[in-house]
Amino acid sequence: MDISSFYGFLGTDTTDFILRMIIMVAKIAVVIVIALLHVAYSTWFERKIIGHMQIRLGPMRVGYHGLLQPFADFVKLFFKEDIIPSSGDRPVFQLAPMIALFATISSLAVIPFFNDFVIAKNMNVGLLYLFAMSSLSAYGIILAGWSSNSKYAFLGGLRSSAQVISYEIALALSLVGIMVLSGSLNLVEIIEAQQKHWYGMYVVVQFPAYILFLICAFAETNRTPFDLPEAESELVAGYFVEYSGMRFSLFFMAEYIAMIIMSCIAVTCFWGGWTLPPVVMKALPFLAVVPGLVWFLLKVYCHLFLFYWVRATVPRFRYDHLMSLGWKVLIPLALANIVITSIVKFLF
Amino acid sequence: MQTPGSYIPYEYLPILVIMMISVMFSVVVILVGSIFRLARPYKEKLLIYESGNPPVGETRERFSIKFYIIAMLFVVFDVEAVFLYPWALVFDSIGLYAVIEMMLFIVMLLIGYVYAWKKEAFNW
Repeated sequence: MDISSFYGFLGTDTTDFILRMIIMVAKIAVVIVIALLHVAYSTWFERKIIGHMQIRLGPMRVGYHGLLQPFADFVKLFFKEDIIPSSGDRPVFQLAPMIALFATISSLAVIPFFNDFVIAKNMNVGLLYLFAMSSLSAYGIILAGWSSNSKYAFLGGLRSSAQVISYEIALALSLVGIMVLSGSLNLVEIIEAQQKHWYGMYVVVQFPAYILFLICAFAETNRTPFDLPEAESELVAGYFVEYSGMRFSLFFMAEYIAMIIMSCIAVTCFWGGWTLPPVVMKALPFLAVVPGLVWFLLKVYCHLFLFYWVRATVPRFRYDHLMSLGWKVLIPLALANIVITSIVKFLF
Repeated sequence: MQTPGSYIPYEYLPILVIMMISVMFSVVVILVGSIFRLARPYKEKLLIYESGNPPVGETRERFSIKFYIIAMLFVVFDVEAVFLYPWALVFDSIGLYAVIEMMLFIVMLLIGYVYAWKKEAFNW
């Protein structure tokens, strides 16, 4: 074992080691807290946007324009009784929401937020790790559906797992074009590779892949129009129908963090992350004053808005349509995109 | 380039830490909540939800075979998708050879895909 590189990373002596560990843990804690705050306010944002799109006001009572609503919701959920159905599989039932949250929070580790602010820097399997984690979160859903011993939950879990794994393929294939162009799985290197071109964003050259990625991201996070697993009008709430209180809110957090992470991946791979295109920077050099985090968050918020916009606009798919869209349309298109991208990159 | 197993992959340490923190977070939230919240269970409350009626019959009945077929197809296609990743990463250094090899690979993938389509594996 060559452990010299290990000491090189973790410091030269014990105090240095402890200091570095504290910095790492603090960084992780900051990211998780900010992500959870975003979850809280994205629920508020969602209810407001959908309210206004349906010519309602949305939450108005708690605080100015309902700004304290997420905290009121949290307090309510926190003090709710934790009901575990007597016929359910108790340990699995308790474990399922934790698995769901575990998988989504862990994905935050490789997202580059600005300049070099990544929790796991130099991790050269970034995108692969993200796909692995998004597959893992399907376990939470399946186990929740199975252990509740409720028919609605069981059907919801089955549907959801079939949907998530079907769209997983198209999702994984839609980003191969990005990998061919950038030659890396590391998200920081993908952003740096985009900066080498004058347009600075792969969405310009990979627009079909971007659309494919967005469709798959909607299906992966079980959002409308692909919210079959929790279709309120047929399955009540799908896989988490038996959950209440804090366990329910763990699922809720997992779903919203997954949405934020999908937005982050889209921003990083297609929109240049925290950077602006070089052509814009050359034309408007004063924009360099604005910190990169602002651009990153702006792009992420636009994607989140898209999620809510679609939810307010598009009706739900039928299950057979959903499956045939995934298998018969998205996968061939993703493969065609790979072929065309590689040929074009080879020729030019 | 280091050979696997001969060094400590310290880049992955933050991943381990974030995983531990996320597990701790959900455990702490549930445990702290259990101090404050009510617990007044009774038999009817602990029944599973079935539109207000007492639950009828077995839950984990037989379900559509289609789910199994989708699961099998997923394994095949996802492994093939993952095979494309290393190819995409070394694309620049291999050149024409990579393009031709991958065309062959995708054609083979398409044969299986067309077969599954003809067998109506994608129809519900």
